[in-house]
Amino acid sequence: MRATVVVRPKHGILDPQGQAVASSLRALGFAVDEARVGRVVDLELEAADPAAARAQLKRMCEQLLANPLIESFEIAVPQP
Amino acid sequence: MSEARPRIAVVTFPGSNDDRDAAWALGALGAEAVPVWHAEPELPAVAAVVLPGGFSYGDYLRCGAIARFAPATAAVVEFAAAGGLVLGICNGFQILCEAGLLPGLLRPNESLAFVCRDVPLTVERADTPFTARCDQGQTLTIPVKHGEGLWYADDELFAELEARKQIVLRYAEPCNGSVDDVAGVVNEHGNVMGLMPHPEHAIDPLLGSADGALILASLVDAARDREPLVVR
Repeated sequence: MRATVVVRPKHGILDPQGQAVASSLRALGFAVDEARVGRVVDLELEAADPAAARAQLKRMCEQLLANPLIESFEIAVPQP
Repeated sequence: MSEARPRIAVVTFPGSNDDRDAAWALGALGAEAVPVWHAEPELPAVAAVVLPGGFSYGDYLRCGAIARFAPATAAVVEFAAAGGLVLGICNGFQILCEAGLLPGLLRPNESLAFVCRDVPLTVERADTPFTARCDQGQTLTIPVKHGEGLWYADDELFAELEARKQIVLRYAEPCNGSVDDVAGVVNEHGNVMGLMPHPEHAIDPLLGSADGALILASLVDAARDREPLVVR
């Protein structure tokens, strides 16, 4: 089963990488107020059904893929 | 019983690059450095452990995030839980934060630039096993070299750490955007410390400063006063 995890800097957390990207985009002439840079992890995993996959992915995020102090995560699995 | 040359483990992860400098510095300061490979599930009988600087496992995902799952890291967590002395330098600090042994975490520098220079540090506490040879309020000059050294804790956590006096070292001038210029912290029990500056690169005036020796020699002193600890 394919699944995707998106990890983002939490709201309010300073994101210097996003600031650098925003300022570069502005230098290119785009009217960008803010950019936040996160991370996308595409996974191929074994799971009985999407609910089981979601439960596994949540544990993966909590244990490794995201650091809860500064990052939030979103999980996308195929609809049942 | 005190040992003349206390044994201190230095853990090498794939990508560690200050392990030999740390071992050399500990040897020069009177300890016997014992190399430990990251795949070792048990530590040898040692009185302290040093996690050195570098880029463990390429620092993929987040710095220290993968090293946290190394067999040797699990052994270090048990060693610390049993009261053993653990010092994390730079990447070692990042690993200890990811492993939950130290509060907060290290993020990319505010400037996004790698900083590599001598920095002045203020000793906030001289009553830890890692700073006993320093004076409180003393300024130390020790080099930093890191891209991800911005120590972060949210307001609530930071207030707790301040109240428990867990901030041990501060940058005396802005360095990387760390919350309140924090450069080094200890855990609640005071037996685990992490710092971003590299004391092992400042143990001889020939290197520009010998102030790092105050930190490492404090650790050697404390290790000498302890029995080697075997955790099984």
